[in-house]
Amino acid sequence: MDPSPDQKLDMYRLMLLARRLDERAWVLHRQGKIAFHISGIGHEAAQVGAAFAIRRGSDWVTPYYRDLALMLALGMTPAEFLMGLMGKRDEPNSGGRQMPSHWSLRRANAVSHSAPVATQSVHAAGIGLAIKLRGDDKVVLTTIGEGSTSQGEWYEAVNWAAVHRLPVIFIVQNNQYAISVRAEKQMAVQSAADKACGLGLPGIMVDGTDVFAVHRAVKDAVDNARAGNGATVIETRMYRITPHSSDDDDRTYRSREEVEENKRRDPLLLARARLQEEGLLSESQYDEMDTQIKASIEEAVKQAEAAPYPAGEEALHPVYAEEVRHA
Amino acid sequence: MAKITMREAISQALWEEMERDPKVFILGEEVGLWGGTYAVTKGFFDHFGAERVRDTPIAEAAIVGAAIGAALTGLRPVAELMTINFAFSAMDHIVNEAAKLHYMFAGQMVLPMVIRAVGGGGRQLGATHSQTPDAVFAHFPGLKVVAPGTPADAKGLLKAAIRSNDPVLFIEHATLYQTRGEVPDGELIVPIGKSKIQRLGRDVTLVTYSKMLEVSMKAAEQLAAEGIEVEIVDLRSLRPLDMDPVLESLKKTNRAVIVEEGWKSYGVGAEIASRIYEEAFDFVDAPIKRVAQAEVPLPYNRTLEQMALPNAADVVKAVKEVL
Ligand SMILES: Cc1ncc(C[n+]2csc(CCOP(=O)(O)OP(=O)(O)O)c2C)c(N)n1
Ligand SMILES: [Mg+2]
Repeated sequence: MDPSPDQKLDMYRLMLLARRLDERAWVLHRQGKIAFHISGIGHEAAQVGAAFAIRRGSDWVTPYYRDLALMLALGMTPAEFLMGLMGKRDEPNSGGRQMPSHWSLRRANAVSHSAPVATQSVHAAGIGLAIKLRGDDKVVLTTIGEGSTSQGEWYEAVNWAAVHRLPVIFIVQNNQYAISVRAEKQMAVQSAADKACGLGLPGIMVDGTDVFAVHRAVKDAVDNARAGNGATVIETRMYRITPHSSDDDDRTYRSREEVEENKRRDPLLLARARLQEEGLLSESQYDEMDTQIKASIEEAVKQAEAAPYPAGEEALHPVYAEEVRHA
Repeated sequence: MAKITMREAISQALWEEMERDPKVFILGEEVGLWGGTYAVTKGFFDHFGAERVRDTPIAEAAIVGAAIGAALTGLRPVAELMTINFAFSAMDHIVNEAAKLHYMFAGQMVLPMVIRAVGGGGRQLGATHSQTPDAVFAHFPGLKVVAPGTPADAKGLLKAAIRSNDPVLFIEHATLYQTRGEVPDGELIVPIGKSKIQRLGRDVTLVTYSKMLEVSMKAAEQLAAEGIEVEIVDLRSLRPLDMDPVLESLKKTNRAVIVEEGWKSYGVGAEIASRIYEEAFDFVDAPIKRVAQAEVPLPYNRTLEQMALPNAADVVKAVKEVL
C-alpha cells in the first residue's frame, strides 16, 4: 500500500529535519563545540523509507552510525541527538559513554551498536531467531554500509537468516565509498544485493535516493518476513555527499566535480519535486516547513547546551547489571 | 641524529625495509590511497604502487589470515589493523594460527609477518575504539609483542620485527604519533625482547612502556622537584619479556611501581610484580604498587575518559605510597 498524502509529508518532514540537524552538527563541529560527527547527508531517503515500512516502536532495529534520519523516524528527538554529540549525561544512547551516532534507544527497540562494523548484522539474526522462538509478530530491520558487507560476520548473519528463514531485513546503504575505498574494491559483484543469491534469499536493488521506492521495497520485504517467508537483502544505492566523518578530508581521494555531480541526485531534491508535482507541497508550504524545522533545531541546541555533563565518578558505572535497577 | 615524530619514525622503518627487501609488502584498510588511518603510509601508494601497498576489503580476519598465507610462501607482509580493537575480529588467526603454526608443525615453516595495530585511549573514541589490550596478546607463546614509547625504539623495533622470522604484533599508541624524539641516522635495529632504562634514579623503580612512558617521565619530573628520584625501565617488548633491567634496578631501589594504560586485572603489572616477587623477593622493601586504567570500558565523554585513564598524578601518588 502506498503511503497516504499525510504520510508522504511526514516522510519528507523527517528527511528535512535530519538534513538540517546534520548540517547543524557540522557547524557545531566547526565551532569546536563537539569532538566528532559522522554524517547521514545523502542517506535520508533510504532511512526514512525503511523506517516507514516497519511498525516503529514495536519491530526491532539494529542500526549503524549513518542512521540519523532512521533514528529520528523512530522517535529520537533532535535534542537527544545533540546531547549525544556533546556527550551529555542524559543523552539516551549511552549517557556520554559511547561515541556520537552509536545508537541505542531502548524505547524504540533500537539496540546494539558497537564501533566494529557488522556486529549489528549478527545481532539482528539473533533477534530474528528470538522472534521466532517467542512467537512474536515482529521483524528486525538492520542497516549497514556496503563496505562493511565485506566482513565475515555479515555473510554469517545473512546465511543464518536464510537457513532459518528469520524475519530480518538486511538493508545495505551503498554510498559507493568506505572511507576512501570505492565499492569495487570491496566486492566484485555490482551490488550487495547480488550477494544474496549465493546465500539463498532474495536480494533487491533499489534507488536509495527515492524515498517512496525504498518504502515500497522494504514494505514488501517486511510483509514477507512477517508472513513467515524469511529474510531479504535490500541494497539502497546513494552517494555519500559529505566526508566520511569530521576526521576525514575527502579531497585527497575524490574530485569536487564528482561530488557536485552527485549532489544533483540529492534525495531531498527528488522528494520535494515529487511532492510538488503531486500538489502536496507548494513553495510557500516548503518555506514554512523549513523555517519551522530550523527554529525547532535552534531550540534543541539551546536545550542540549544547557543540559549537564556527567560527573567524573559516573565513569565507573554501570559495568554490571546489578549496578542498575532493571525492569 | 635527527629529531622526528613517532609517525615519521614508523614510516621511515617501513619505507626503508620496503626499499631494502622486495618481499616486504603492506596490506590493510585505507593504507593505500588514503595513506593510512594515522597517515603512516602517506606517499607509499605513489612510490611503491598498489600491489605492494594494498587496500583490502573491511575484513580483519582475512587481513591477518591472508598475511599468514603470504608469509608461508616466504613474503614478508606487514598487515595494518586500523585499531587493535579490530584485532578481536581476527583473534582466531592471531592466536590459533600465527602464534602456533611454527610450533605445531615442528618448525617446518616460518611466519615472517608483522601486524601493526593502533591501541590506547585518550582520543574520545569510545569503549570499542580505545582499548589497551596488550596483555591479552602477550599471553600467547609464539607471538612476539612490542609496544615502543619513543620514536627511536619505534623505528628500530619495527625494522627488527619486519626482519624477524616470527609473527610480531607491533602496537602503536594513538596519542604518541606526534611525539618527537632523537633518532640516530643510518641503519637502526633495536632487538626485540630487550628492556631499557630510560631514566636513572635511586629511590623507586618505575616499570612501564608505550604511552605510559611519557606519563611516567612527567611524573618523574614532578617527583624530582621534591627530591625523589625514580628510575624508569621501559619494557618495549612485552613478549619476550626482559626482566634483567627491572631486577637490577629494583635491587638498587628496593621499591617498584608499575604503570600501564590497560586494566590492572590480569595485566602487565600483575606479571611484572609476580616476577619481581618470584625472582627478587628479598630485595623488596615495600608492597609493589600498580597504576592502571579504571576497571570500566573506556567512556566517550572527555571528563569520564580522563577520569578512567591513568595520569601523572596517579603515578606520583603511587610512588609516594611505596616510599
Ligand atoms: C571491524 C571494523 N573495521 C574497521 C572499522 C573502521 N571503519 C569505520 S567506518 C569504515 C568504513 C565503512 O564503510 P561502509 O560500510 O561502506 O559504510 P559508510 O561509512 O560508507 O556508510 C571503516 C573501515 C570499523 N569500524 N570496524
Ligand atoms: Mg559506504
